Amino acid sequence: MSAGVAHTPAAHSDYQGAKIGMWLFLFTEIILFGGLFILYSAYRAKYPHEFHHGGAELDYVIGVANTAILLTSSLSMALSITAVQRGEKRLAMIMLALTVLLGAAFLMNKYFEWGAKIAHGIYPNGPELMKRSAGEGLFFGLYFAMTGLHGLHVAGGVVLLSIMLVYLAKDRIRKGDHVKLENAGLYWHLVDVIWIFLLPLFYLAA
Amino acid sequence: MSTIAAGGAHAEPSFLDAGGRTGLLSWILSTDHKRIGILYLVSIFTLFWVGVTIGVLMRLEQLTMGPTIMEPQTYNAMFTVHGVIMIFMFVIPGLPAVLGNFFLPILIGAKDVAFPRLNLTSWYLFLAGAVLAVISLFAGSGPPDTGWTFYAPYSLRTGTNVSLAVFAAFVLGFSSILTGINFVTTIHRLRAPGMTWLRMPLFPWSLYATGWVQVLATPIISITLLLVILERFFGIGVFDPAKGGDPLLYQHLFWIYSHPAVYIMILPAMGAISEIIPTFAHRTIFGYRAIVYSSIAIAALGSLVWAHHMFTSGMGELANTIFSLLTFLVAIPSAIKVFNWVATLYKGSIDLEPPMLYALTFIFLFCIGGLTGVMQGALALNVHLHDTYFIVGHFHYVMFGGTGFGFFAALLYWFPKMFGKMYNKKVAIAAWFPLFIGFNGLYFTMLVLGVMGMPRRYYDHLPQFHTGHVIATVGSWFLTVGLLMLFSNFVMALFKGRKAEANPWGGVTLEWTVPSPPPTENFEEIPTIAGPPYEFNPVVTR
Repeated sequence: MSAGVAHTPAAHSDYQGAKIGMWLFLFTEIILFGGLFILYSAYRAKYPHEFHHGGAELDYVIGVANTAILLTSSLSMALSITAVQRGEKRLAMIMLALTVLLGAAFLMNKYFEWGAKIAHGIYPNGPELMKRSAGEGLFFGLYFAMTGLHGLHVAGGVVLLSIMLVYLAKDRIRKGDHVKLENAGLYWHLVDVIWIFLLPLFYLAA
Repeated sequence: MSTIAAGGAHAEPSFLDAGGRTGLLSWILSTDHKRIGILYLVSIFTLFWVGVTIGVLMRLEQLTMGPTIMEPQTYNAMFTVHGVIMIFMFVIPGLPAVLGNFFLPILIGAKDVAFPRLNLTSWYLFLAGAVLAVISLFAGSGPPDTGWTFYAPYSLRTGTNVSLAVFAAFVLGFSSILTGINFVTTIHRLRAPGMTWLRMPLFPWSLYATGWVQVLATPIISITLLLVILERFFGIGVFDPAKGGDPLLYQHLFWIYSHPAVYIMILPAMGAISEIIPTFAHRTIFGYRAIVYSSIAIAALGSLVWAHHMFTSGMGELANTIFSLLTFLVAIPSAIKVFNWVATLYKGSIDLEPPMLYALTFIFLFCIGGLTGVMQGALALNVHLHDTYFIVGHFHYVMFGGTGFGFFAALLYWFPKMFGKMYNKKVAIAAWFPLFIGFNGLYFTMLVLGVMGMPRRYYDHLPQFHTGHVIATVGSWFLTVGLLMLFSNFVMALFKGRKAEANPWGGVTLEWTVPSPPPTENFEEIPTIAGPPYEFNPVVTR
């Protein structure tokens, strides 16, 4: 548990380097979503009323609930890292498992939400959406593209954190050698932050 | 760096042997940055020759008026595929992935890059992207015919294989991002003790600026290309005017990446030239700091000029004026570099070895490319020149005359170090003549044709353009002969070249202190750096 027998020689690992690499990767993620945010602002300026109507049709209760879920998962993620730093492996694993479960819960909510919209014919080229104005079509086009890409990132995060859980169990992440978990945590917080922007732009747009 | 003894006489096994590990698997599973550089070298030049072949065929089509050797649809596919291959698979990854991989760690006194396994992953992604692009030529409904820019709304409507080609570009972009992350981290973390930022050689500096552009600009093209795929499969409407979307936004997003990408292409070549010029002038580089800061300025300013590709799109007078001004500004740091190279030559003892000849050619051709670029930055002139052969000529002067010749110069400079073999210098110089004559015959004629009004991407031409087209096509033949001479010379040298010494050119940077080819670990002992990178002894001895 504590820095006892090393599985891999720690001499080659570079804590600072790993962190720099991860932050650079996070920049690329921000800019990836940045392209979509540019499109959102351009079309919101062009079709303010249609975006208002579109936002009114999204259920902000689910949106806020999902926000609470993600924020809590970020807390458990941070607690898991602190636990590892203190050498409390069991606590770290519980907290990380909780994070994974909350991520899965977020995705489940998303599934029901998307499912309901699609059942009503509100999806790109869907029968209901095709009757609406161009602005509303764009609102939902962007809604599916942006929450979809974000959902993919959550799903990727759930897989990544599950792998970290295995690493924790096998002591490949432990006190003194936990940069993998910290980097995974950074990624998870970024996914969380992006959602914080998506919530007002879509659910609270009305 | 004069403090470092020229070392490595006793035999550490070179990276090519690596203790007898020479099988195919030992290469494609290697995390050695030098072997990965060679993997890129082989794959990139294979694709380069595919691109060259397509280019020559297009020129052949223009040899006569009317149909010559292909159908119009084939011609559309050819200029698309030529652009996609040359840009996404040759010029963008070329210098950083091949020579950057090989020489960045050596030049900063490191044993490898920061993330060796990620480095190998980048190569596999590159390969995957290349394979996908090749599949898009043959599978499904025919090769893409949109031009390499994939402009909406046509790219959303055409029945050809755009989705797969666009996805290939996405994968290649991911490979490029990972290389950028790797290099920036490497430069931050792995410089040898004593190598402060301003003691770092200029090729690593250019890779550092390039790395940041790769990291910060590439994701924009990733998301744009993903949206094109989403549009084609689901019709979300963001670029589709029929659904209220705005195709101009596609152009903006495309160029927000693709203009900085031009600097991803040219900056490493400029870095390599900054290594070559002092070595063959036997004189320290003039204005080291100015070159460093101009690299950063090019990277920064170059990210703010994208809409100068859209002056005729109707985006508005104010935007046109601002982007025109910014475009003029980016010429300043580029000119600073040229002046510094020329000033380095002043009072130097110039040695016209092959790398130097090609480096000087780079400066000449890049000046024409750069200045024609400034011409297009002028709004009134741009309206006349937009979408003509002038653009094509300008672009090839910068990308082929600039990056291409810079790449050749750098290969001629570093080839003996990479493989431990010296090529035939006379053949390398002889190849220069057809290359230079062919290049200018082909692309200068294009500039003239453009001013006369010949539109780009047209399958056919009017009688008044005929002479120009014939000259350009003949130029392409000379160019091909030159390229064949240059490359066959390299290949011959691998088998029959005489052994190269550790320092054949009298260079003073770190790569010349290790044996040719370098041992797997590069340095027996990590060197300590005591001074600036380009300090030559006052008396020239070679």
